[in-house]
Amino acid sequence: MDQILSLAASNLLSPIILSFALGVAASLARSDLSVPEAAAKALSIYLLFAIGFKGGVSVAAHGIDAKLGLTLLAGIILSAGLPLIAFALLKVMTGLSRLDAAAVAAHYGSISIVTFVAATSVLQSSGIASEGYMVAVAAAMEAPAILSALWLISRGGDGRRMDSHLWREILLNGSIVLLVGSFFIGWVTGEEGLAEISSFIVAPFKGVLCLFLLDMGLVAGRGLRGRSGALSPGVLAFGLLMPIIGSSLGVIFGLALGLSTGGVALLMVLSASASYIAVPAAMRVALPEANPSIYLTLSLGVTFPFNLTLGIPLYVAVSAALTGA
Amino acid sequence: MKTHRAKRVEITIEAIMQSRLTDALTKASVTGYTVLPVLGGSGRSGDWVRSGEIGRASGMVQVVCIIRPERLDALLDAAFAVVEKHIGVVTIVDCEVLRAERF
Repeated sequence: MDQILSLAASNLLSPIILSFALGVAASLARSDLSVPEAAAKALSIYLLFAIGFKGGVSVAAHGIDAKLGLTLLAGIILSAGLPLIAFALLKVMTGLSRLDAAAVAAHYGSISIVTFVAATSVLQSSGIASEGYMVAVAAAMEAPAILSALWLISRGGDGRRMDSHLWREILLNGSIVLLVGSFFIGWVTGEEGLAEISSFIVAPFKGVLCLFLLDMGLVAGRGLRGRSGALSPGVLAFGLLMPIIGSSLGVIFGLALGLSTGGVALLMVLSASASYIAVPAAMRVALPEANPSIYLTLSLGVTFPFNLTLGIPLYVAVSAALTGA
Repeated sequence: MKTHRAKRVEITIEAIMQSRLTDALTKASVTGYTVLPVLGGSGRSGDWVRSGEIGRASGMVQVVCIIRPERLDALLDAAFAVVEKHIGVVTIVDCEVLRAERF
């Protein structure tokens, strides 16, 4: 317990979390502070490229084993299965319609890449190693949840069509292409490639992450300020409970796979996080009648801050305790 | 200078639906349109600003078409099939153009 509290305290006082808090506070105080749209986009491109590249370099250094394939499979199973749990929970805890519940459930099967990036940064600061291929697992966990949500809706006799546009947007969305692409570049070029660009993608990483999370804080604060009325107490409680359930399944899968302390923690983070980029876009196309105020505010305004501030240190501490690190 | 009657159709729609809408317009032989970014606004789901959105899920764009009056129904049929269930606004106003052969 002391370890968890100590890690949580150091995480809460890190520049990354304080930058996020600054963004939320500025937004709630109605400051005119903003990060230009193009700058925010550039920051996210940088972070995705850096995290993908470093993951690829790590795989190049340690090689591929059967665990990689099994971890990818576990990620896909978690992504497809978590929406079913989330949907059942939402039906019990909230008065959401079937459509809104399915849309929210899809978000909780998919992942938040920013939470993943923040978690890798915390692991790095704590000197905890993780499997480089967790980046590929993150990419694999984006889409299955969307299919599960659509299946949940189709069971109610409301057939939804997945057109080719939507498939392309899900499987080839910019974040996935950049993450997987830079992962392969890192894998192919290895340590030599990293040495060539390390001054660009290693040293400035945390500073860029701070600025990006400042922007995320501004966005989350705006969402909370403008749309918090859309969330009932039951929905709010779901946004805090579901990450715990997801991370519990993540730790079971991680331990069964024999992942390292960092690997288990990252699988917990991926299972606990909720999407706010890929899935909202897919839901707007596939389930346009679902209320975006509910799922966007819940994933970005409730679950994301929870994971960033308390969740990550909790998952790392649990992983460390259970793997004997 | 001689002017000609035309219809200006403004479709404000979610950015994620832009390519679907323009594809439908092209299929309906409406090949001339302009896509404009929308900076922000307010509606039934509350207010929003473009700079505060992550991804394309909640941003909006406006597709503007200027066509001859007799082609309006075909355009609206094609557009409505795409935008019917989505957040957005469709408005039609009378306008005048200088070079009728371009529309």
